[in-house]
Amino acid sequence: MAWALKDKYAIAGIGWTDFSKNSGRTVRSLASEACLKAVADAGLKVSDIDGFVSFNFNDSVPAMAVATEIGVPQAMYAVDFLSGGNAANLITLTATAAIEAGLAKNVLCYRAMNGRSGFRLGGGRDMAAHGITQWTAPFGWITYPQAMAMWCRRHMIEYGTTAEQLGEIAVQFRKNAGLNERAMQRAPITMDDYMNSRMIVEPFRMLDICLETDGACAVLITSKDRAKDMKQKPVYITGGAYGGGPNQGEDWFDAVRWPDHSHNYAKYIAKDLWESSGLTPKDIDVAQIYDCFTYSILMQLEGLGFCKEGEGGSFIEGGRIALDGELPLNTAGGLLSEGYIHGLNHVIEATQQLRGQAGARQIKDAEVCLTTAGAMTCGSAMILRN
Amino acid sequence: MNAYNKPLPYLDPESRPFWEGAKAHKLLLVQCRSCKTHRFPPTTFCAKCSSGDYDWVEAKGTGKIFSWIVVRHPVPKEVYAAEVPYIVALVALDEGVRMTSNIIDCKPEDVTADMRVSVTFRDVTPEITLPAFKPVKG
Ligand SMILES: [Zn+2]
Repeated sequence: MAWALKDKYAIAGIGWTDFSKNSGRTVRSLASEACLKAVADAGLKVSDIDGFVSFNFNDSVPAMAVATEIGVPQAMYAVDFLSGGNAANLITLTATAAIEAGLAKNVLCYRAMNGRSGFRLGGGRDMAAHGITQWTAPFGWITYPQAMAMWCRRHMIEYGTTAEQLGEIAVQFRKNAGLNERAMQRAPITMDDYMNSRMIVEPFRMLDICLETDGACAVLITSKDRAKDMKQKPVYITGGAYGGGPNQGEDWFDAVRWPDHSHNYAKYIAKDLWESSGLTPKDIDVAQIYDCFTYSILMQLEGLGFCKEGEGGSFIEGGRIALDGELPLNTAGGLLSEGYIHGLNHVIEATQQLRGQAGARQIKDAEVCLTTAGAMTCGSAMILRN
Repeated sequence: MNAYNKPLPYLDPESRPFWEGAKAHKLLLVQCRSCKTHRFPPTTFCAKCSSGDYDWVEAKGTGKIFSWIVVRHPVPKEVYAAEVPYIVALVALDEGVRMTSNIIDCKPEDVTADMRVSVTFRDVTPEITLPAFKPVKG
């Protein structure tokens, strides 16, 4: 059962705020700015907007707050997912379903957060170990870097994946960020810088871990026919999937019952994703893959079939993922170097690449771009085309 | 000696028997009365057969290391600064379930995949005892 709206809906507008460590603003204000910019980018008026889909981690404002601030006359459809980065492509797919069902016409999808100055996702969770957390936090297993390091170790055990392979991802994405005026970290790094960066939680060094960002991103979803009459060249949603495997856990941290930590949700959505689009990995010109950690790249490349299981480490070696490589990845610098708007910034970059608006980091003749969202037991992905 | 300031489990109706068992230095698991599958963490219903009938049974307390991390950077700093480096592992118990715990009496560099470990208990407060695992000698 795959998403069945191939090429019927499009991204018609994108907007983003500055990405910073300390916005000095409310999250609502950030969300509203990104949404207003997406509306303007599409050449629409606020009164054309009638739907919202967002996600948050109890660290943002509901869609009704944004609709109120920017003066949407009638928000007919407003959904807020309580979710992690796994929802960054689910919100756009949900928008297509809502429009298809006649619930709305022009839907803003956003993620806004003061991820550095406010609630820090990577900095640990509630110290009171209630519910599923009572089985992890009392043992000092608290933060997401600590969670994902446990997964990464399995890949190293099973396949011999090395620190240098993770480092190659970090170094390449930083190089891309150097060509991106939005990026928070643009100074180039070397493999030595990576290897010498502070060990945070073995096997992760500081440079395996994504940034923390204050900011917001928004994308405007509408029908193909309406998109054609708007200001920008439409970017069509040609494939999409959301899901995960068995034993996804009781929250976004819990994966104690997950079958195999060398593989994440990507393995379980691959069939639906490719079937929904009629495409294969060979058709992808450029990809924006969820990189809350370097390691999550490997599981998604393997799970989606870009290489065999266990071969992600060798796949990324030798420049294959560079801007001039066979499969350019995370061309804006990714969550590791551009910023962490919980994966929605990947959709912004994909749209820019497919419009030909990516400046110095533009992939020549890019026609098909993959975006993914999520690193652990559940996640989402889209295939976009121009 | 400072008061214990690390996260402590909040006992709920499903978890209370486990933590009471730990206090008595017993490692308890839920076992489905119908299909006999062990499960952890405790839940009311069996994911294999949907039965809601179960018993708390004592585990052998042995298993092997499925995966592990070495925490070097303390978070929160004030709580774990004196603890680092410490080892957190997913231990695959011989009953077929995994459990998060700490590996003690072992240097970080000596941990290996599939290393055999056995349970021990740490009475961290008058009310709470945490299971930990140490390498099986020989
Ligand atoms: Zn059963």
